[in-house]
Formats: sequence, C-alpha cells, structure tokens
Amino acid sequence: MNPQASTSPLSYDVVIIGAGPAGMAAAHRAARHQLNVLLLDEQPEVGGQIYRSINSTDPQREAILGPDYRHGHALAAQVAEHVAAGRLTYWPNTAVWQVDTDKTLHVLRDNRPVTVQAQAIIVASGAMERPFPVPGWTLPGVMTAGAGQILLKSASLVPSEPVVLAGCGPLLYLLAVQYLRAGVKIRAILDTTAGTDWKLAWRHGRGLLKGWRYAHKGLSMLREIKNAEVPFYRGIEDLRLEGTDALERVRFSADGRQHSLDAKLCLLHQGVVPNTQITWSLRAEHEWDTDQLCWVPTLTEWCELSVPGIYVAGDGASIGGALVAALQGDLAALGVLRQLNPTGHAGLSQEAATLRAEIASHLAIRPFLNRQYRPRDAFRIPEDDVLVCRCEEVTAGSIREQVALGCTGPNQTKSFSRCGMGPCQGRMCGLTVTEVIAQASGQSPQDVGYYRIRPPIKALTLGQLAQIDP
Amino acid sequence: MVANALFVRLPAQRGSDASPPTVSVFLNDTPLALPADTSLAAGLLAAGVTRFRNATVSGAARAPYCMMGVCFECLVEIDGVPSQQACLVRPREGMRIRTMDTLPGMVFPEGGEVRRATRSANGDTP
Amino acid sequence: MTLAARFTRPARAQGNRPPARPASARSSDVIIVGGGLQGLSSAVHLARRGVSVRLLEAEYCGRHSSGVNAGGVRTLGRHVAEIPLSLAARDRIWHHMEEFAGHDGGFVPSGQLQVCETDADVAAAKARIAELEALGYTHETWADQATVRELVPSMSHHVLGGIWVKDDGYAYPYHVVTAFRASAERAGAEILEQQRVTRLWHEAGVWHVQTQRGTYEAPIVINTAGAWAGELAEQVGDPVPLLADGLMLMVTQRVAPFVEPVLGAMGRPLSFKQYANGTVVIGGSLRCEADPVGRHAIVDMATMRNSAITVTDLFPHLRNMQVVRAWAGVEGFLPDQIPVIGPSVASPGVFHAFGFSAHGFELSPIIGEIMADLVEHGESRLPIHPFRVNRFTQQENT
Repeated sequence: MNPQASTSPLSYDVVIIGAGPAGMAAAHRAARHQLNVLLLDEQPEVGGQIYRSINSTDPQREAILGPDYRHGHALAAQVAEHVAAGRLTYWPNTAVWQVDTDKTLHVLRDNRPVTVQAQAIIVASGAMERPFPVPGWTLPGVMTAGAGQILLKSASLVPSEPVVLAGCGPLLYLLAVQYLRAGVKIRAILDTTAGTDWKLAWRHGRGLLKGWRYAHKGLSMLREIKNAEVPFYRGIEDLRLEGTDALERVRFSADGRQHSLDAKLCLLHQGVVPNTQITWSLRAEHEWDTDQLCWVPTLTEWCELSVPGIYVAGDGASIGGALVAALQGDLAALGVLRQLNPTGHAGLSQEAATLRAEIASHLAIRPFLNRQYRPRDAFRIPEDDVLVCRCEEVTAGSIREQVALGCTGPNQTKSFSRCGMGPCQGRMCGLTVTEVIAQASGQSPQDVGYYRIRPPIKALTLGQLAQIDP
Repeated sequence: MVANALFVRLPAQRGSDASPPTVSVFLNDTPLALPADTSLAAGLLAAGVTRFRNATVSGAARAPYCMMGVCFECLVEIDGVPSQQACLVRPREGMRIRTMDTLPGMVFPEGGEVRRATRSANGDTP
Repeated sequence: MTLAARFTRPARAQGNRPPARPASARSSDVIIVGGGLQGLSSAVHLARRGVSVRLLEAEYCGRHSSGVNAGGVRTLGRHVAEIPLSLAARDRIWHHMEEFAGHDGGFVPSGQLQVCETDADVAAAKARIAELEALGYTHETWADQATVRELVPSMSHHVLGGIWVKDDGYAYPYHVVTAFRASAERAGAEILEQQRVTRLWHEAGVWHVQTQRGTYEAPIVINTAGAWAGELAEQVGDPVPLLADGLMLMVTQRVAPFVEPVLGAMGRPLSFKQYANGTVVIGGSLRCEADPVGRHAIVDMATMRNSAITVTDLFPHLRNMQVVRAWAGVEGFLPDQIPVIGPSVASPGVFHAFGFSAHGFELSPIIGEIMADLVEHGESRLPIHPFRVNRFTQQENT
C-alpha cells in the first residue's frame, strides 16, 4: 500500500467514498478479502452522520442518543482494526471534487489536491435533509433536526432555550425524545402531517407487521413525547419563521386557529433524501421515486450504477436507514469482488442472496413510512415569495416566471437566474426546483429532470487547482 | 453559558472532564477560546455567534443550517482564505477567523499597497 | 421589474412590414435548423422582413455553445476575414442591443485587453497592430505598461503592455439567447424545441425536413446546427471537415470587484472576465472530450490546471478564490478556425452558418442579417467569400 511515484496517481482496487455505516461495512468486507482498499471521508472521524463521533462519544451522550447509536461501535472497531493491521487505508478530512467514469478520483486531502485511480468505486456518501422551503427558513436560528443531532453527537451541545421542532418523520420524534432525555425544554412540536392514519396503516399492514420492530420503536417514541406533555400540534399549515437578523417567532395555523410562538431556535425536518451529487456528476441514470419524492440512482442487484465499476450503497442509493446501509455496503463490496475476480469467491452469490433478503425485510416498513410521513405539497412546492435557492436568493415565484418565459427545465432556469449556481451547487434547491417546474409546466418530475451536475463536487481554490500534477 | 448562544454543552458527567481542551483563536480580531475537539461551526454557535456571513445578494444575515457540509451557510474566512465551511474544520491554535461580511476581500501585494474590498455584499460602498 | 418580466417588453417597432405567420402547420418560407444564436439571429432578421420562419431545435434553444460560452463580445484578435463582420455586429447591434432585441442581454462595454507578458509577446502584438492598420483597421490599439496599470490596477506588474479595444465587452449568453428568442417569436417566427432534424431532401421544388415528430417543408433551409451542422451539410452535398469537440470553462465564487476589462493573453490561452455579480469566468481554449451523439461534453477539471496557473500568475490574490463550477459544451470546429457562412454550392435554397470554432457569440447578431440578405437578395452586404462552404475541397480550384 505504498504510494507510487508522484508522477502517477495512487492506485487502489476499490475506493470507498464515505465512512458511514455503508462505507464502513464495505471497507470491512473488502479488507477481509485482501483488496487494496481506500476509505475516505470529509469528516475527521468515521461514522458518517448517523454514527457521528462514535469513536469519541461518552456514556452520557450514549444514554441520551439511545441504543441504535451503539451499533456504530462494531463497525468503527472493525475499521480501526483493519487500519492498524495495514489492511485498509483511511483518509479523513478528504473531500472528493471530481469522479470520472474511468474511475479516477480527484480529492482534496487536508486541502491538498491528490489524484487516485481505482478499479472500482463505492459511493457511500449518504443522505441529506430534504429542503424545507418556508418563509424565513434562511434566518439564523433556523436549522435542521439533523443539525441538532449532529451538535449533540459531535459537540455535546443542546438548545439553550425552549426549542420548536417542526416537520414530520421518525427522525424528528427521535430528536425530541433525545432532547427530553437530555433535559432540554421543547417549546412545541409542530407536526406537518395529520397524525397516524390507521386506515393507511392497515393497507400497508403486511409491511407494518414485517417491520414491527420499527413500528414499535416509532410508537414508543410518540408515547415518550406524550408523557412529557410537550405541546404537540398536528396537521399544521402556513408555517412562517419571522425575525429581523435572526429567528424571533414561529407562526403557524392549526385546528383553524393562528398561533405565534416566541422562539430563537427552530429545527426543521421532513425526511432525508439521497445525496446524489456524485452520481449525477457521472451522468448515471436516475429515476424520480414517486413514493420517496426524490431522485434515486438506478442500480443493479449488485448495487452497480449504469456507469460500470461504480456502486452505490446506503442512504445515497435510497433511504433505508443505518442497518440497511451496512447490509448494502457489504453487498456492494461483494459486487466489487465479483467484478475484480469473476470466477473466484465461491459462495459469493449465495451470500449476496442472503444479504438481499435481509435488506428486503428491513425495507418492508418503508412504504408505510413513506406514506405516513409524506411531506405535504405545500412544504415542498412553496408560494411565490419563498426562497427556493438559498445561495443566490431566487424565489419560487421567479422560477414560475421563468417557466412562463419558456424555461422548461432546471438547467435553463439556472442559466437564466443563477438558481443553483451558488456554493451548494443545487443541493438545497434541486428537488424543490424540479417540483416547482413540474407543477408550473404540467410535466412529471421525471421529465423535468435535474440540474446538470459538474465538477467540482466540492469547491477548490485556483491555487489548489494550479497545484495538480499534470 | 454565553449570552445569546443558541446551544450549550450538556452538564458534565461525574468522572469525565469538566470541560474540554480549548484553543485560542481570533474572530474578527477578537480573541476567543473554542473547544479543540469539535467543529469550528459548533464552537462558534456555542460562543454566541449568530451571524457567520451575509447573503451575497441581499446582505441578510446567515448562520449554519445543516451542520454537515451540504448547505454552505457556515462559510467563514480562515487565515485569509475565504468561504471555508466551518462545520468541516476544527479550530487550531492562533486561527484567524473572519465572518464573511463582504465579498471576499482583495489584497494587492505588489508595490507594497494592501487594499481590502470596498464593496459590501449587496453592492453598496460603505 | 423582475428579471423575467424585462424580457417580455416589446422592442421598438422594426421596419414597416407586419410580421408573417407560417403558411401552415407544415410549411413556411424558411426552415432554420438549430436554435443557437446563429439560428435565432437568422429567425429575428428574417421574420422582421415578413418572411415566415419555422425554427427546429433538437433540445432547447441555447443548449450548447450559445448558452454556455464565455460571453465575450470581442472584435480583438479576430481572423482578418472576420473583422468586417465583427465590427458590424458590435457597432450596429451590440451597442444598441436593447433597441434591437428589447433587452440588452447584460452587455457591458468593458473593453478587452490582450496582455503581453514577454518581449516576444510585445513584438507580436505590435506586428499585429501594424498589420491591421495596413488593412485600414484601427480598432486594436497598443496600450503601454502605464496604460495597462491604469486599466487594470490589480494585475501583476510583470505585464509589459497589451492590445486594447475599448468598445469591446461581454454579455450574458443565456440572456441574449432568451432575448433573441423572444424577439423572433414576437416577429412571428415559430420556434419548435425537442425536434431533432434527422434528414432533409429536395422534392417537388421544396425542401423536406424530417424530425422525430414529422416532416416540414420550405423552399429555403438555413443550416445553423452548430456542432451537428456537418451532417446536414453532407446531406445537401457540401461535405466539410467539421469537428465536434468540447470546450471547458470555469467560474469562481463571487469576488469583490477587481477588474473591469475582459482579458486575454498574447502568449498563452486565456479568456478571463469578472461579471457585475462578482463571479470570474475563466476559459481559454480548454478542450475536452465531447460525445456528439450523446450531445454532451465531459468536464475534466484537472486539465484546467494551466488556466489556474495563468490566472494566478496575473492575479496572485486570486489563489485563494474558489472555483465553484466548471462546465463544457459541444462546439463545431473547422480546420482554418473560421466558420462556414454562405449559400450551399451543391443545393440551391440551402444556406449555411456554422463552425464558429469557439468565437461565434459576438458575430451572431450580424450573421442573421447576412442570412436574411442572402435569402432576400441573393447576396450579402458584408464580405463572406472567405467563409465559402467549398473551400476545403478540390472543386473550388476547377
């Protein structure tokens, strides 16, 4: 595993992008099979987001976070062991800025440009929060529930004053429960869904039964919240976040009445969606998933993209949660083994089949969850005056005007108004723009398409670009 | 607890460190002590910073949103290099941090003259 | 007024003729193939002369070179044959773009400066200026070191001087595309997108042009199909060695304003400008792989390293500025680096304007006038002999 001469790029059998559960599981499988494997992540520690700071946590945080978090220890320990034994190269603080279809990767490692060549790549870059475009969502003091969890996990930080939680989905309730355990006062939970629809649940009954562990967990979280007597509003509408230079109050309507809560911190959440920057930049095939309301890369049963030799595992493929992510990471690594040595590895097919069955059983609850916590149209496709592109400050109304001018897709609105041209490169606005254009032009999101994603996936300076080995 | 801070640390547990190791940094030339083992963004939030930058079109105040490197709201200038994501960096001793109040500044080193940007984010001259 | 609303204001009335509508759902006076700026410009000029125009665009207008180029409005450094066209485009249209198209397309007459970094560069620049003067052109002038330092105070002091054209500038390509398209439609042209022309043939006195949605007819066809124009030219009997290749550009984050003129360099490839929003667009003959069948080009940012070196040599303070995006488009290149403009030799009724080899943006407003003159009068008032379509084959020697 010694780096080659500086004039040729470093070379690995497989490079794994992302050290969350999928990446760690894939690395474990690859290292055990003596592949030359590089695991990289832009964070300083392994764990991704779900197991953030798993190696530096403490008993107090673990007690607050709950038993699921501890699953991260085994994965992290495996990685550490492989690294110590020289079976795995791990690069933290490494951002990927370009991936080519010939499996060359350009990264910034500790802010220096490095080029790596791979025979196979596993993209395990996970998910991100779905955008939540409401009036005032760009104010300081408005953050995501995921941000709240990251601050808790990585910095032992909790809200200093009563916090408002708004949105829907299991992660929102989980955060509420974690905050309650930490002694944090929750000002209110504003649920944008109507509450448990048992008719719906019955229709997905079989899935619910198979995923009973998940269902049970969900119900017990809601019970914990109820017991703590947290003000809980269901089916809220017209959410408005107000303040001059920072959040000062949260307005909404519920049960036909207007409400106004003084608050300096509001955490938003309406589900997570795959982070598809890298897969789009490869021009891989994606489809608009009408259940999950997001883009998912099209994958073979070995987790391979339409671009040969590049695989996706974990929430970056489709939202399935941490346990599924680890199983998929394992499966993708099997796919890589199969690619690199098609005739070797007896029993590989059987192992893969077992993994797929286990994944399927964990995913059984998903249709119910997707239905139950489907983010409402009004919170995905906002009114005219709401900012869609945070970076360049483009409103939904502006996008609609551009559609009326003849812009039929996100790349045209991007060229026209700079929507999507800011530093986040469309991560925060892409889904919203696709849906706003779809609604305004009467096309399906599938037909509207998504931004043409180009490198650099993460920005680099002119000085860094000038340093690249020719 | 710092006045205005949106976040505070969990009360320390018996047996573990009462407070984490810190490093000294400068924020807009003001000295500040931040925990060494957590992200710069987390440290600044806990220190009471509620404005990391001004939005580039309207000049409105912006602060971290996602804490995981996706939203690009937590951009600050670190040791003269603008637009660094504070949620992906840990503070180091002596680090000089500036909030991005204007478009990244210009420094013309030639001829000994050093000038900073004179136009604010929303196009006005101060 | 919002950005979008500014595009729907009508331009000042153009001429006395009322706009003509296409004769029927399938036939018109003229069919234009390709909805880039050359095609849109042709549509504007023709429609305003009362000609019924139907434009067929394979994807969406301005999808390729026209919408994603560096935006330079440049007469500086042109091949001598292009100079009369380029000056006409700039002085008669670019400087009056709001009047012409109802929107100025973001045109800023910032001036263009081609910097000289070495004595060899200076010698070459002065020889060039002398050559142009001998031909009667005075738009390119010598700017000495003191002048350059006044024009661009932030630039490295190693620059010795440059060629300066004060009336050149830059614009926003996609806004120009949108303005031209709106103007064409207001004048009565019909613009059809998502219609890729696969075949054309002549029968019963008219041209039949086929897309996946059907066949259209017109006595006149204008071939402005960009990187794909070679295939059409071949079909009508005018083979040309057109290469479809990729060109890359990159853009930085917004930076505080530090440079007004558009910059090029005498001694190394560079195209460099800072827009009013603070972003800096950097290019300069950055070629990359193109897939003409797939209709896209593949960005390889690592090869933009040389551009980054050039830029940081000229502006050391930019080394900490971030490149936030790179992009690439498919462009049509001809071996002598000048376009084909003019009538088909093999097929009467067909007119070509393609192969602009990465510098068609500035010319586009006048290209439409040339096409309209050719259609209406059979000749162009600007000299286009150097751009004839058959210059690459033996035939023209017989």
